[in-house]
Amino acid sequence: MRYAGIDIGSRTIKFAVLENGKLVFSRKTVTSHNPLGTARELMAGVAFDRVTATGYGRHLIKGHLACPVVSEITAFVRGARFFSDDCGSVLDIGGQDTKAISLDEKGNLCKFEMNDRCAAGTGRFLEVMATALGFTLEEFSAAALFAKRAEKINSMCTVFAESEIVSLISQGADRNDVALGIHKAIVSRSAGLLKRVAPTGKIFFAGGVALNGCARTLLESEMGVPVFVPPDPQIVGAIGAALCASENI
Amino acid sequence: MTDYTEMWTSLGLDVDGHNALLAGLGKAYTDIFLSQKNRPEGMKYFDFVMSEVHGLRIKELVDAKAEGRKVIGSYCVFVPEELVLAVDGVAVGLCAGAELGFEAAEALLPRNTCSLIKSMFGFKLGKLCPYVESCDVIVGENTCDGKKKAYEIFRPLVKDLYVMDLPQTKSETGRQLLKEEYRKFIAKLEKESGKKVTVQSLKKGIEIVNAKRKAMIRLAAIRAADPAPISGLDALLINQVFFHDDPVRFTDSVNKLCDELEERVKNHKGVFPKGTTRVIVSGCPMAVPNWKLPLLIETSNAVIVGEESCVGERGTRWLTEIKGNTVEELLDAITDRYFNVDCAVFTPNPSRVNYVKEMTKKLHADGVIHYSLQFCQPYIIESGPVEKELEKSHIPTLRLETDYSQEDAGQLKTRIEAFNERLKRK
Repeated sequence: MRYAGIDIGSRTIKFAVLENGKLVFSRKTVTSHNPLGTARELMAGVAFDRVTATGYGRHLIKGHLACPVVSEITAFVRGARFFSDDCGSVLDIGGQDTKAISLDEKGNLCKFEMNDRCAAGTGRFLEVMATALGFTLEEFSAAALFAKRAEKINSMCTVFAESEIVSLISQGADRNDVALGIHKAIVSRSAGLLKRVAPTGKIFFAGGVALNGCARTLLESEMGVPVFVPPDPQIVGAIGAALCASENI
Repeated sequence: MTDYTEMWTSLGLDVDGHNALLAGLGKAYTDIFLSQKNRPEGMKYFDFVMSEVHGLRIKELVDAKAEGRKVIGSYCVFVPEELVLAVDGVAVGLCAGAELGFEAAEALLPRNTCSLIKSMFGFKLGKLCPYVESCDVIVGENTCDGKKKAYEIFRPLVKDLYVMDLPQTKSETGRQLLKEEYRKFIAKLEKESGKKVTVQSLKKGIEIVNAKRKAMIRLAAIRAADPAPISGLDALLINQVFFHDDPVRFTDSVNKLCDELEERVKNHKGVFPKGTTRVIVSGCPMAVPNWKLPLLIETSNAVIVGEESCVGERGTRWLTEIKGNTVEELLDAITDRYFNVDCAVFTPNPSRVNYVKEMTKKLHADGVIHYSLQFCQPYIIESGPVEKELEKSHIPTLRLETDYSQEDAGQLKTRIEAFNERLKRK
């Protein structure tokens, strides 16, 4: 049997297929103005027996495709266990939300916290800040690692932080130092969410922001525990959904 | 349907705005309540009450006033209906649960004021609530800082605002304060109505309110059954109607509904399948038409089996012991009853979380959803320790903070679904 999971996120849509407990296919694309159509294209021509949907668009697809849905939280818990069987918590920083989840000793969902209704401190926040500094996302992370010191960023609101950056730059602040300041701000906010769910042991870091080496290093030092990043941190939710499809939950 | 335009106009309502409100309310009610499956027959009475919530019931208030009876409005379960009934008055709850008139409200209040307070201003400023406009006296009360300070701004907007002080500790001086405030309130009621509170009239008032609360206690207990004989949405609605319906007729209707629900339980009939995830909602009050959270919960594979809230068991779970043969003794009994209410404005407030634990056990709930209105400091701050204590007792708890807007419905749904998935795995 081939089990599929589709994770319709706010910024990207991810699709994964499992067979005999192994990941046999995965791909992702940018969420367009038409997430349903994009999801269909992503799944087109790929064989699977059952599919489960997750992500903020999960209910959207439900009416168009006979498939069960599962919340992103559960999908990430299941997906994290696919890659690692000894993580005590999951941090997912996605396009527009952040989830901090603690697991019990059996790897089941225990407590979780999510960011408030705006996209403060999420992947979208990093994107906007990188653009404001004239970096691509890859350059942005590298620049932060080269910084001598971190400029303090006070605001976590995307709009306010952007104007804060503009004024720092106009005061002659070093671009790399500002980049590090932004990374620190986002990590300390995420760490705050994590601490509220009282995690133990290794942290499983997922979502697009886990690709950012600087964020990962800072998270490790802030939390004082090892951080594990899977080979493709963006696909975790889709794999979790596929696992749910295989269990029919 | 009867045309009430003349009555609404004479009450000073903004008739066009009010018609728009009723149309919206009617649609929401149809979508949320009438679309539910397997509803008890007894809900028809409450459907009727809701369809006439600004019509027939208001006419009753207007008629009562014509007979010389006083209509006393309030915003809190600390204002004793017994005392109002003892001067042959009519008590109505005025709390509002819709994001209406917020712009006008924000001209007078800070933006970061809780929705309940903003709505109280919005309905008044927008001339949208016939209950507010029917009141001879509106009773404010010093519960949280938000309400306490907002009443100062509210005073010039209404005909007669009477503010009652309330204690914040469960101490002997606190109890004394409450009793003296109730004594002053009796004097105010006597002055307005021209009637004296007597042993007989007070006993009668207590009996009517006790009967009403007894019916609610009965309803709450029936909800322990699995499958749940009534949805949380319908039970919340009854708790909301509790505040504006005629008390005797309401009591009768709740008891009739309970007869039916007890039959359902005997026949293992319910609104959701047996084994559906069961949750308790604890926290801030939900006034009509604030049905946002219960709707999200009950469309996410769970059923609400109890409300630990002012619009719920916190407002109904105690009765007044009818003891004594003087007004003074009865006043003591009423004070004792109301002094039990474990609102988060009290410090410390251990009985609240203890009761949530007790409810979880009695009602066989799988978890608790703690609901705070944004900017409601007492409940938001208390939610942390409440969550800790419940989790320590192995009761899974989800804390949510929201307001009357719909913009966070998607995020809330994700959290609620994830929580229900956690409960299912238990």
